[in-house]
Amino acid sequence: MKLVIVAGPPSAGKTAVVRQIIRNLQGTVAIAYLKIDVVRAFEDEELRQEFGIPARKVYSGDLCPDHAGIMVMGDAIAWAAGEGAGILIVESAGLCLRCSPYLTQSLGIVVVSAVSGTHAPLKMGPMIGLADVAVVTRIDLVSQAEKEVFRERILDVAPGIEIVETNAVQGTGMRYLLRRIAETAEIGDAETIELRGTPPLGVCTVCVGRKAIGWQHHFGVVRKLDGVDWIFRGE
Amino acid sequence: MTEGHHYYREAHIVANMDPEITEITVLPGRDKSGRREDFKQIVIRPGETLSIVGPTGSGKSALIGDIEIFAGEDTATGRTVLVNGKIPSEDLVRDPAKKPVALITQNTKCLADLSVQEFLSMHVRSRRIERDGIVAETIALANQFTGEEIVASARMTALSGGQTRSLMVADAIIIGNTPIIILDEVENAGIFKDRVIEMLRAYRKAVIFVTHDPLVSLMCDRRIVMRNGTVVKIIERDREEEKALAAVKKMDGILSALRERIRAGELITEGGFAS
Repeated sequence: MKLVIVAGPPSAGKTAVVRQIIRNLQGTVAIAYLKIDVVRAFEDEELRQEFGIPARKVYSGDLCPDHAGIMVMGDAIAWAAGEGAGILIVESAGLCLRCSPYLTQSLGIVVVSAVSGTHAPLKMGPMIGLADVAVVTRIDLVSQAEKEVFRERILDVAPGIEIVETNAVQGTGMRYLLRRIAETAEIGDAETIELRGTPPLGVCTVCVGRKAIGWQHHFGVVRKLDGVDWIFRGE
Repeated sequence: MTEGHHYYREAHIVANMDPEITEITVLPGRDKSGRREDFKQIVIRPGETLSIVGPTGSGKSALIGDIEIFAGEDTATGRTVLVNGKIPSEDLVRDPAKKPVALITQNTKCLADLSVQEFLSMHVRSRRIERDGIVAETIALANQFTGEEIVASARMTALSGGQTRSLMVADAIIIGNTPIIILDEVENAGIFKDRVIEMLRAYRKAVIFVTHDPLVSLMCDRRIVMRNGTVVKIIERDREEEKALAAVKKMDGILSALRERIRAGELITEGGFAS
């Protein structure tokens, strides 16, 4: 079984890209789908209905959705294998740009909308930097100049990334993504799959739920307005 | 991005077609029931104009889509598009700075909140072009296409549809220096369509119009007629149609004058617009 992780900011077109993958590969390979989201998600029901594939979702609730994804991934791989899937597609909630749910032994796809502005790739860090492929959606809506600059900005962040430009509703350009999926190796040993990057750490009392503002009220790694250094503040 | 991804091209009026691109060839695909389209090939060369006509849903957008992404029997239509008689290299298809086709539609927008000057400069920089005055030249060309003057300090987001389209076409001609330009129903956007066609010819561009406009269709050397997803006819303008074109130009002139008078708040009477 192959593992495909689809990440990207909200409304970038992640599900539209997933739909194109399923539409193109349906009949040649069995696909299972897992959506990770915070409070509500409908994609699993829609895709199950539209394509008749095994699909499910996980709500992360108060947990960071990428954190939730990491927790359930082992079970999810076992579930998809039990369903007889040849490909498991996992779609992230796509909330914070610091997180990047990409795993080893998988294909990491970041979906970015061309209408999110030419600076967007520079703000996204590891979400782009650790992906294998950047799928740029809504490419039909932006000017030639912005198309070119957007592409350069992605390559600034991730020099080796493969860029696929698409209008995901029509599916233009998808052939390159499908080829990349075809070239992706199967999971070798599921027990050894791990995150590609270091996740953001729980470093202070904000992370564990304290609501007070100002560094004086927190412990762990804190920061003052003046001075660029992070300081560890213990009790 | 490495230096090799960019190449500097001079924009001169005559020889600005990429020397290596001399023709684009569209090979037939299949209709919905699997029958092969009834044409041998459509070849598009620099300086030629082509229109695509047909009712809504007849496959016009799919055809330009095939050309824009250089289909290789991998789209719904099964068509193949060749560059200089060969399957183009992937670079040419995937890198927008190398792609020889610029598609400008009614949906094409500039999203960045930049001035015209900044926007065009951004494009010039990304192309690593170092010729002085190229931005001013682009704005001057755009102003030949629209009656509403574009100034360098205007915000891109504040431009009218006609101004935006004019600027995109001028940008494709001068900064993008793209040999093939596809214009998807831009005639509704308030631009001087006859002047756009003349300039594109002068700059030796190959131009494809998707259009419902009689004047634009007739001004093109050839028109492709679409129905049910396939090309059903390719009409080359002959002497008879040339005569008709002269008449249509006159009608278009009358309508344009009428439009201006209505915009100016004049009362229109039956006798007043015949001349």
